[in-house]
Amino acid sequence: MKRVKRAWGWIDDRIGWSEAIWPIVTHPVPKVNWWYVLGSATLIAFVVQVVTGVALAFTYVPAPNAAYESLDFITSRAIFGNVVRGIHYWGSSAMVVLAFAHMAHVFLIAAFKFPREVNWLTGVILLGMTLAMAFTGQLLRWNQDAYWAVSLMASMASRVPAIGDVLVDVIIAGQTVGGATLTRFYATHVFLIPAAMFVLVGLHLYLVIRHGVSEQPKPGRPVRKETYRQEYQELLHRDGIPFWPDFVWKDVVFALVTGAFVLLLAIVLGAPELGPQADPTNLEAHPKPDWYFLWLFALLSYAPPALESLVIVGLPLLIGILLVIVPFTAPYGERSYTRRPWAVATVVFSGLALGTLIWQGYRSPWAPVLHAEVPQAVTAGLQGDAARGAELFRQEACLACHQIGGEGGQRGPDLSAVGDRLTREQLVWRILYGGNNMPAYGQTLTPDELNALVAFLSERRSR
Amino acid sequence: MSDHAPATAVSADILSRRAFLNRLSLILSGLIGLVLSVPILAYLLTPLIRRAPGIWLDVGSVDQFRIGETVQIAIEDPSPLPWAGQTTRTAVWLRREDQGAFTAFAVNCTHLACPVNWQAQAQIFLCPCHGGVFYGDGRVAAGPPPRPLPRYDVRVQGSTVQVLTRPVPIGDA
Repeated sequence: MKRVKRAWGWIDDRIGWSEAIWPIVTHPVPKVNWWYVLGSATLIAFVVQVVTGVALAFTYVPAPNAAYESLDFITSRAIFGNVVRGIHYWGSSAMVVLAFAHMAHVFLIAAFKFPREVNWLTGVILLGMTLAMAFTGQLLRWNQDAYWAVSLMASMASRVPAIGDVLVDVIIAGQTVGGATLTRFYATHVFLIPAAMFVLVGLHLYLVIRHGVSEQPKPGRPVRKETYRQEYQELLHRDGIPFWPDFVWKDVVFALVTGAFVLLLAIVLGAPELGPQADPTNLEAHPKPDWYFLWLFALLSYAPPALESLVIVGLPLLIGILLVIVPFTAPYGERSYTRRPWAVATVVFSGLALGTLIWQGYRSPWAPVLHAEVPQAVTAGLQGDAARGAELFRQEACLACHQIGGEGGQRGPDLSAVGDRLTREQLVWRILYGGNNMPAYGQTLTPDELNALVAFLSERRSR
Repeated sequence: MSDHAPATAVSADILSRRAFLNRLSLILSGLIGLVLSVPILAYLLTPLIRRAPGIWLDVGSVDQFRIGETVQIAIEDPSPLPWAGQTTRTAVWLRREDQGAFTAFAVNCTHLACPVNWQAQAQIFLCPCHGGVFYGDGRVAAGPPPRPLPRYDVRVQGSTVQVLTRPVPIGDA
């Protein structure tokens, strides 16, 4: 025992545990509520991503001729492979959610104010990197969705003024999305961004210690540059508790609960289905990003064509700029959200907007439905021209964009009762000349076919 | 540092020497970074510097294609990376216009490069992502695409149809 003590004394002296590290571990912090666990939970989610990511990299082969098979091997044959991949997948969702929640909380309690402006800025960059990790990670699955998502991303990058085409070349790195592209995204996902994140997380934590954990705001106690630091020190002196263990236990409990939830999802639901392998000649694709980018996917469908490039390039830029200037717009003054109605409104509006767009992106009502059939209930009892019209309605891809009897796309108006609205002449006109975002069929249909279609459609009545 | 050289006791000589060493260290560090970054950046930007020339590839004999029909063909990357697997191939929509004229369309929608599907009966290309529609001749029929479908150069040599390879048309005007 004595020897152990002496050995520890030697180590302690050489590494400076008692002298330099322990005072930091136990430094005084204000008493705060449970909402403060969100930051540390994000950090722990990041650590889990690093650990599971390294584990996956032991098997994953970042080459187009093997990536998909290696992932398939991990998912279906490696011992616990599906669980490890599942943790990495659900963990990424958890990290994105926690990072946004952490930011919303910090914004609501105005912890970004003096002297913690740079804490906020490093956090904003970390959030951007987290999203970049989510996107590049999705591509490594090298399935159809991933393959076409690269094209989609390159296509978005091409809208950047002046350097758009150069960006496309840098992203695709070759004649086609292929051999050179995947290794690029792999290196970015496992080395480049994580390395930058380690540095920024370090900086973020250093700043938390330098300026201290922000105290819970009290209405009517504004931040003043001249007095804040002194008031904070007095508060610590009066009511402070040591970070370890008085403060940290809530973090640990919450991390355990979150981690258990992620593990449960990984075991019960597992990693997402891989789907068909990436194949440029397989055009049966319905590319859709993972949920954290569905809002952008939806926005790109709703944006008017004239504003589209502005939305693609300008919107992310605008969001970035707004986030960066947050701490400079109001570095002093009230912190409590009860006295900052605009802050509450901003968070509520952003949450609702993101939620609605993600839901719309998930439903994708603008996407054509390529393999729909006209329901039996509609075709039953049809004869002659009308029966042929029903068949043509599917063959001519009308059904891809127009619903009838609950089947078909939602891009165009529902035609289940179009006979109530339009006369035969109006139907003929619409079909031949298109317009209002509908292709013209004048060149495609024979007069007979047109008659049959119109016969079918004019019989579509509400009763 | 102040233990060894209190500022008050330092002569002007030492101060100027220190200023010089400060500048020297900064400049040399910058130089190291610069020298290292030249080969690394050049290596990473290879795809910008080295562009593969287009090559005429045989895609079949003229008789294989029926006049007025649009079919999906695949062309091979003429100089693929050994590990590129499936991705050496690119899909192209080939349309035989008449006896000797062909048109070849890229499959990438001009909206966001998703793959368009040919609806033979309706004579339109449909994009699955945001519902872009193109006519059989590549013109925009509906939806968000800003430009007609991009084309590949295509020619008939004797009785063989040939398509000129090009980088995947993303972002090209």
